[in-house]
Formats: sequence, C-alpha cells, structure tokens
Amino acid sequence: MIYFHTKDLSVGYNGQALIHDINIAVEKGKIMTLIGPNGSGKSTILKSITRHLSKICGQVYIDRQEIYAWSARELAKRVAVVLTDRIQPELMTCEEVVAMGRYPYTNAMGRLTPRDREIVAQAMERVHALDLARRDFTTLSDGQRQRIMLARALCQEPEVLILDEPTAYLDIRHKIELLDILREMAHEKGITVIMSLHEIDLATKISDYLLCVKGETIEAFGPPEDILAEEVIDRLYGIQHGSYNLLFGSVELAKPQGEPRVFVVGGGGAGIACYRALQKRQIPFAAGILFTNDVDCPVAMELSDHVITAPAFEPMTETHYQQAARLLLRCACVIDAGTPIGPLNSMNGRLLALAREKGIPLYTDCQSLEHETDRREKQTA
Amino acid sequence: METQDLSRPTRRETMTAAGRFLLVMVLLVLLLGWGLVLNVNTGSVDIPAGEVLRMVWSGVRSLVRDAFTGSDTLQAVTAASSESKIVFSIRMPRMLLAAILGGALSVSGFLLQTFFRNPIAGPFVLGISSGAKMVVGITTILLVPYLGTISSGVLILAAFAGSLVIVLMVLLFSQRVRSMSMLLVIGIMVGYICSAVTDFCITFADEEDIVNLTSWSMGSFSGANWSGVTTAAWLCLWGTLLAWLLSKPMAAYALGEGYAQSLGINVKFFRAALILLSSLLSACVTAFAGPISFVGIAVPHITRTLLKTAKPILVIPATYLCGAVFCIFCDLIARTAFSPAEMAIGTVTSAFGAPVVIYMMLKRQKTRQ
Repeated sequence: MIYFHTKDLSVGYNGQALIHDINIAVEKGKIMTLIGPNGSGKSTILKSITRHLSKICGQVYIDRQEIYAWSARELAKRVAVVLTDRIQPELMTCEEVVAMGRYPYTNAMGRLTPRDREIVAQAMERVHALDLARRDFTTLSDGQRQRIMLARALCQEPEVLILDEPTAYLDIRHKIELLDILREMAHEKGITVIMSLHEIDLATKISDYLLCVKGETIEAFGPPEDILAEEVIDRLYGIQHGSYNLLFGSVELAKPQGEPRVFVVGGGGAGIACYRALQKRQIPFAAGILFTNDVDCPVAMELSDHVITAPAFEPMTETHYQQAARLLLRCACVIDAGTPIGPLNSMNGRLLALAREKGIPLYTDCQSLEHETDRREKQTA
Repeated sequence: METQDLSRPTRRETMTAAGRFLLVMVLLVLLLGWGLVLNVNTGSVDIPAGEVLRMVWSGVRSLVRDAFTGSDTLQAVTAASSESKIVFSIRMPRMLLAAILGGALSVSGFLLQTFFRNPIAGPFVLGISSGAKMVVGITTILLVPYLGTISSGVLILAAFAGSLVIVLMVLLFSQRVRSMSMLLVIGIMVGYICSAVTDFCITFADEEDIVNLTSWSMGSFSGANWSGVTTAAWLCLWGTLLAWLLSKPMAAYALGEGYAQSLGINVKFFRAALILLSSLLSACVTAFAGPISFVGIAVPHITRTLLKTAKPILVIPATYLCGAVFCIFCDLIARTAFSPAEMAIGTVTSAFGAPVVIYMMLKRQKTRQ
C-alpha cells in the first residue's frame, strides 16, 4: 500500500522550478533516502515536502491526502523534521527542547499534561538520551544534539519523519547509532522516514528506496539493489578522477597516469595497501596476476590500467604468465606483496623468480621501495 | 559535571521553574512596594511613610466612594494640603509612570531579543528609541505653533510611526548582514543619525515651542500627569498581555524559524506581531519619557538569570515587574542624588545597565569558545 507519494511535483525557489516531474511512492514504515551531489536539490525537495518552501506545481500525498491542503497544525501532527539548522536556544534544557515537539498537541499556554511528559520521556529513552534531560542544550556535542533533535521530532508523533542530512557532523559511531534508531522507528512504529544522506554506502544499507537527485529531473528512483551500479554513482556525482566502489563502499582517489614503473605481485588482500601507497605517491603501476574474484582485483582495476587477471577457481595459465612477464620486464622494480604461493597461483611464483633472475630490484613492501627511491634521489641530487 | 547523575534531579533542582518564579515574583513585588513608598516620601519635602500611606488610603477610599455616589470628594483629598498636592499630583503619577514604562521597556527589549534570537538586542541599541524620539520631536516642533498643546495620543502615534520606520530599516539591513554585531553597529549608527536630526530641529525651533522638548529628549519621567499615567497603563498593560499570550510560539521560536514553522507556527504573522508589539511598547515609553537606554537589554537579562530559564511565559511577567522596580529606583536616584538638580533618567539607567550588558557580552564570548 502506497503511503507517501508525489505526483509530477516540481520544486524550486521564487516560482522557478529547479527539479521537475518528481514521481515517487513509498509504503508505510519504509525508509527513502535522497542521494546526490552538493547543490543538486536534495534539500529543496525535502523543504517542499515539509512546506518550508512552496512547491511550484504537482502534488504531495500522505495517506492519499494532499498535504498542501492541510492546516499548519495538522501538518505538524503528521510530519516532523530534523533540519540542518544549528540552533542555540538560550537557557533551555534538553528536556525542554524535546518537549517542544509536543507543541501541536498542547493548549494555548503550552502546558504539558502528564501524558505529554510521558511521551517526552519515552522519546528521550528511545534515542538513549535520558541522562541528558537536565543538561543545557548548548553544552552538548554534535552527536548528542542530533539525538535530542531526533527525540524532539519523535515527540511530535509523526507519521512521516523528514531528516535533512542527519549524519552531517557525526563521527562514524554516532552515524551508525542514529541510523539504527531510525530503522527501529520505521520498523516498529511504522514511521515513514525520508532523508538525505551523503554517505552512499550507509544509504544503500539502510534504505528501502533510493532517490538519486541530480540536475533538473530525478536520475533514478527505486530499491538500492535495482538502481545502483558503480557507473550510476560515478555519473550521479560526476566523478571523473577517482572512483567509488559500491561493493566495499569505499572510495579510491584518482589513478596515477603514465606507463607503469612498478609491478606488484599480489592477491588475497595483500596488494591493496601497496596499490594505495603507490597511488598516494602517484607512481603508475601494473598489478598481476589476480583472480577476478580476488579482493585485490577491484582496487587494482580502479587504480591502474595495467592489471593482468585470471578467471577465478582455475589455475593460472602460461598465457597469463607471458602477459604479466612482458609488463614486469618494462618496470623498474617489483613488489612482492607477500601473498602465499600455492598450486593455483604458481605463475606468480614464476614472476618473482623471473625478477630475481633478471636482476630487477625486488621489494617486500612499499616502505622499503620508498627508502630505496629516496636514497637514489639523494644520490642523483 | 559529567560524572554527576543528571537523570535524577537533586533536591535543589526539584525547586522547579514555577517555584523559583513565585519566589522571584514575591521578591520583586516586595521591592516594588518598598520602591513606591520610598519614591513618594523622599524628595525636596520629606513626608513620613505613615503619612503617605494615610493619604493614599483616603484617596483610594474617596475614589471608590466617588465611583458609587458620583460626587467629587477626590479633588478635596488631593488638594487638602501642600503635602498631599505634592504626593498626588507630582510624585505618585511620576513613580507610577516610571513603573509602568520601565516594565513596558523591558518587555519590549525581551520581544526584540526573541525576534533576533540574541540577548543583546533592545529598542535603544537598535536605534528604535531614537527613531521614535526623532519623529516625536519633529511632530512637536511642527504642530505646537498651530495647536498649542499636543495630546499624548498624537505623541504616541508619532513615536509608534518612528519606531516602525526604524524597525523596518533594521530588518532590511538584517537580511543583508548575517552577523548580529554588525546589525548592532548599524542600529547604533542609525540611532546617532536620528539623534542628530532631532538636535538639529531643536536648535532651529522657537524657544517657546520646545520648552518641554529639551528635557524630554534627554529622557525623564518628570512630565508625568494622571492622564498620561492612565493612557500609558492601558497601552502598556494590554501590550504586555498580548505579548504574554504569544508565549507559546515565542518559546518554540527559540529553536529557529525552520523548526518553529514545522511545529505549525505561522512564522510571518508571528514575526510581525512581535515587531508591532515591541514597537508599540517602546513607542509608548518614548512618547511619555523620551529615550531610556539599556533597560531593554539589562532587565530581561537580570530576569532570566534570576529565573534560570528563558521560558517566555514566566519571563514576561517577571521582566515587567523587574523593569518597574529597576526604573523606580533609577528614577529615585535621578531625582534625589544631586537634588535639587535632576539627572536624566538615561544617565542612571546607563550607569547600572551598561555594566550588565558588558558582563553579558563577555560571558557569551566565553561560552562560545
């Protein structure tokens, strides 16, 4: 059953549409995450859903009711927000900040009933912030602040919770904690969560739906596993130098350009540190021989154009050896990343033997290579 | 602090905001009572407190009797002796005016602080008082030759217009400059410009047109009379009551516009209401007593510190009382310290208010770091 959806929604500022034809639909209790580069309009979309901005045209529905037809109070009872605004309320305890979430429910003087107080306490407990109740809000750390603001939003007993970059300013532990709480909310209380995130890896792991926002229209919308391929990310964010590895959720910086100068014999995860160290020093390298299912393989492919690969679960063949040997002989030195040599990858052993035989300098890690190059540079100087 | 178990309130903390509020209110009421008595019995002619109380009592009695019988015995009571004349037609209106306007000025400051979400905002530093003073001054100079005397209603309207013009100007600037300190500097400059214009007009006006204007433009409660007290009381108490009714959105507004709106507050309407009420209150003060500095910043700050909370529902009534007490004592000092010479009320309020403001700014700086 579709719970939250938009129909041909256009959003923007001052009557000028920035993004148009937004058609999204989310069921109750699901999490939808907006991803996209800075300035792509994620906040604009969120603000139009919370009515902080007026929509340009189209409709936004919650439970098949147009939200722009609701009174402000009605909206406040059904949609709560966590914004990026850094607030500095004077002389307010965390409890008072959280209790402000009861605003749409209290009387004209804002008096809290025992039930209101109970809801406040529950909300604070849910975000593990009961011990902060009497602390002055302005003395909190970023992680604590965000938990309190989340508790405040929960106090509004919303059906839809909207968060604009809730994990900004948070360290990794607090990011995980916050997202865990959101997932609990969504699954247990059936709150539909709509948020924007910068961390694509986290977004794919927590979201039921991803909305890729870039430019004038929506780039893609759907469950993360359906829409996400590495090229989508690179295209969405316009990554030209460097790349994003979706499988690992890791980022690789721009690959070094030029003919390979170092040959890395790796595999089994031993090579990654070497590849990255070489990238950091901008030394172009070749890598081999790697099975296509090796963890080293995707990283090597992202950081080098010269990677010799072999099909997984089969012994390497003479052809692979020949290819690799040709590359190796063009390099000034070889690094043995320390991968054990067994029956399947015996060709790598032959490569190392070849290097020794031809008198090509052989190092066991990048540091010794660096010392060596430093020494040589000093000599030439 | 970190290790202390903060989830369980200590006994001290259980003295809740409400309890503290009551305590502070009782204290302020007592101070106000003391201040009122002191104000009436001291001056060039000292009248014993007992005598004063007796006079006030008979005054109130005849006032009540008049209300029922329609006769006019109040006149007789107030004019019974030279002492009662001093008490009823000079000292009482003056001190009541000081109390009413002092409270109004503090509430006006508090509203501006809520609006700008900054405790250093106030009608004087933002140039609003000076704007009101300028328009009142010009109006007086223009109209006195034709009308002779000007009713307080016209003066209040003029002051209100002046306040609004300056507030709108400050708001325009505030969209351009994000930092509050820049805004304050602009406010102070605008204030100086307005004062310069006022002084210019006064210099070139006819002597007899401006007899009262010079002392008024320095700020003083000396021009008080009963009709002024009545008008001021109506406007200020209603204004404060309306402001108090906005307590709930005001508290939420402390979380910023974004959150306020998401809680269902009509932010535009609310902001306009704050500005109008604040201007009305400070205009009322300026029309009757001229510009008075620092009360609008210092008193709300003292009140918040006493109450240890910024909840508008508690702070507004307390700040009104506190402002009344502050101004009554400042006026007493202005009147009696160098008697028979009288100081401008602004001189005294600055002497006590400015240090509070400096302390506040230093403290804020410290907590920011």
